[in-house]
Amino acid sequence: MSGGFLFAFAGLGLLVIGAWALVLRAHLIRKVLAINVMGSGVFLILVGSGSMDGGAVDPVPQAMVITGIVVAISATALALALVLRIANATGKPALPEDQDRDLMDEEGR
Amino acid sequence: MKMEIKGPRGEPGLLLRAGLALLLAALAAGVALVLVAEHEHPGLGAIVDAELARSGADNPVTAVLLNFRAYDTLLEIAVLTVALVGVWALGPAPRIRESTPSPVLLGMNSILIPLAPLICAYLLWAGASRPGGAFQAGAVLAAAGVLFILSGRRPRTRLPDAPPRLGAVIGLAAFLAVALGVMSSGRRFLEYPVELAGALILFVETAATLSIAVILAGLFIGGRPEDEP
Repeated sequence: MSGGFLFAFAGLGLLVIGAWALVLRAHLIRKVLAINVMGSGVFLILVGSGSMDGGAVDPVPQAMVITGIVVAISATALALALVLRIANATGKPALPEDQDRDLMDEEGR
Repeated sequence: MKMEIKGPRGEPGLLLRAGLALLLAALAAGVALVLVAEHEHPGLGAIVDAELARSGADNPVTAVLLNFRAYDTLLEIAVLTVALVGVWALGPAPRIRESTPSPVLLGMNSILIPLAPLICAYLLWAGASRPGGAFQAGAVLAAAGVLFILSGRRPRTRLPDAPPRLGAVIGLAAFLAVALGVMSSGRRFLEYPVELAGALILFVETAATLSIAVILAGLFIGGRPEDEP
C-alpha cells in the first residue's frame, strides 16, 4: 500500500459523490459543479493508479490528466455559457423536466 | 416518501435514489476491485524511459504529451478551439461595467501582468527538461489576461490589429501543419523525424501556448468580443 492508493480511493469517492449530485440536483450550476467533482475524481484515480507500486511515477497518466484538466476547463466554460443562455431563455437555470422543481429546496443545501 | 421515480414536482423519488445508489455502489466496487487487483501491473513508465532519448524532450511527461501521445494533445487543442467557437456562437460577450477598480487590484496588476510573459516563457522553455510546458505557460498568460480584463482598464495604445480568432486557431493550425508536414517524407501522421523532434515540439508548444492563452481568456469573457463578426 502506498500514497497512490489513498489518491485513487479518494478519487473514487469524489466520482461517486459527483455522480450522485449530477443525477439528483436540478440547478444546472450544481450539475456543472458535479461534473467537475467527478472529473477531479477521475484525475485522482488516474494519477493515483500511476504511482501505486511505490516506484517511479508513470508519466502516461500524468500527461493524460494534464490534457484532461484543460479539456475540463473548456467544457466547463462552454457549459456555463449554455446555463446562462438557458436561464435567460426560460427564466430558470434548470432542464425542461426540472422546470417545476424548487431549486432552493431542502436538498439544495 | 412514496416508492416512485419522480415526486409531484419532478423531485427525485425514493426509487430513483435507491437505484442510483445501487448503481454507484456497483461502480465503486468494480473500480476498487480493479485498483486492488492491478496495482502490481508495471505501467508504461519503463517503455517511456526506453524511448525518451528519441522523443526530442528530456521530461517524460512532455515526451508523452507532444510525441508519444501527440494525438491526444492535438485533439485537446481542437476541443479548446471548438469550445471557444461554441461560446462565441452563443452570443456577444456581456458588457463589463466601467467602474473604478480597487487600487489593490491595480497595484497587483502592475506587478503581475509584466511578469506573466516572463514566467510564461520560462515555463514553456523549461517544459523540455522539467515540469512545465505549453498548458502551464498558456494558463499563466491567460491569468494575466483575466486580471487585465477584471481591472476594467483598456490599453491606451492600440494593440496590433490581429483579431482574437487568429490567436485562437494558431495552435491548432501549427500542430496540424507539423502533423501533416512530416507525412511528406513518407512518415506517418505525427511521426516526427528523430533529429528534428526537439525543434518541432518547441514550435508546436509555442503556438499552442499562444492559443491556449487566447482561448482561456476568451472563455473567461464568456462570449464573442464585439469586434468579431
